[in-house]
Amino acid sequence: MTATLHRRDVVSALLAERGGLLVVAGLGSTAWDCTAAGDHDLTFPLWGAMGQAAMMGLGLALAQPQRRVLVITGDGEMLMGLGALATIGVQRPTNLSVVVIDNGRYGETGMQETHTAHGVDLAAVARASGFVDARTLSAAGELAALRTAIHGQPGPNFATVKVRAEKVPIILPPRDGGLLKARFRRALLGEAADLQ
Amino acid sequence: MNAPRAAGIDWPLQVHGALKAAGVSLVSYVPDAGHKRLIELCQADPSMRSVVLTTEEEGLGLATGAWLGGERSVLLMQSSGVGNVINVLGTIKECRIPLPMIITMRGEYGEFNPWQIPMGQATPGVLEAMGVIVQPALEPQAVAPAVDAALRLAFNGYAAVAVLISQRVIGIKSFQEQAAQ
Repeated sequence: MTATLHRRDVVSALLAERGGLLVVAGLGSTAWDCTAAGDHDLTFPLWGAMGQAAMMGLGLALAQPQRRVLVITGDGEMLMGLGALATIGVQRPTNLSVVVIDNGRYGETGMQETHTAHGVDLAAVARASGFVDARTLSAAGELAALRTAIHGQPGPNFATVKVRAEKVPIILPPRDGGLLKARFRRALLGEAADLQ
Repeated sequence: MNAPRAAGIDWPLQVHGALKAAGVSLVSYVPDAGHKRLIELCQADPSMRSVVLTTEEEGLGLATGAWLGGERSVLLMQSSGVGNVINVLGTIKECRIPLPMIITMRGEYGEFNPWQIPMGQATPGVLEAMGVIVQPALEPQAVAPAVDAALRLAFNGYAAVAVLISQRVIGIKSFQEQAAQ
């Protein structure tokens, strides 16, 4: 089945009216997607640490149990850290959602095929690891329900969204890791975070 | 052989106290025999959450997310795990995330397993190459002060700091002793 969704439309729909949502964006295309949807102090876009986006979401979800946390990452990034799904499955934070924007490609390195292009089912891995809800989406009509789940459904929740393998303009967030960390903490914790 | 008891110093209990005093409420780990008692103390402490990892690298992601959310964490592992975290140490440095790591050494002092020796011998150099501050603890009485100092350095200095607990402290094992644990 050929995917029809456009990644930028999906990420924009999921981040619409995001309220107090805390977002970790996996390195590469999903970081550019989140930036294209609007750079935000409460988005932590990764420029490295491939494989760690879901774990950062877990740490954030455990530290901030009253806030909703969303990890948006790519299939290649998720595949590098599959163990994180097992670790999240043990902790079971109800406020965490992990969404994989799955184009079946390593987009930053020449669009080579990933394992998902050959049938590896990330939602099945998440389900087997203990995620409460693990679904695979391929239609625009399913996005509103996913956005609702991200904002309120007790999790951990997981979704793979199948998107077209397309090259889109690169929209860069700030690069300075110290700045990205500090602005996130200040927006979340207030100026007192600077003195911690 | 139980080195901490033999020396009359319950260093895991002291380290647990140092973690509490520093406000650490999240403890992630890949198990190691040398960390058994400290892990159990942290698991039994209702003010701490223990997170078992599939690989040490996950602990760096977890610590980053926790710090973004305002929580202090610590990572417990064996020296073999240092090889699994090298790339992500770059993110810790770039973002200046406080990362105290308490590492029990293998392949270092009287090791019985030759496969442990290369990574154990390379551990301090690998950490230093990635900008981690390394503080060895060679005797049981040196462990808790080293951890206390490392916690201060990490959280006051927004730095990655590793305490390397020598096999002299943990106790040298044989194949038979390891199998009996």
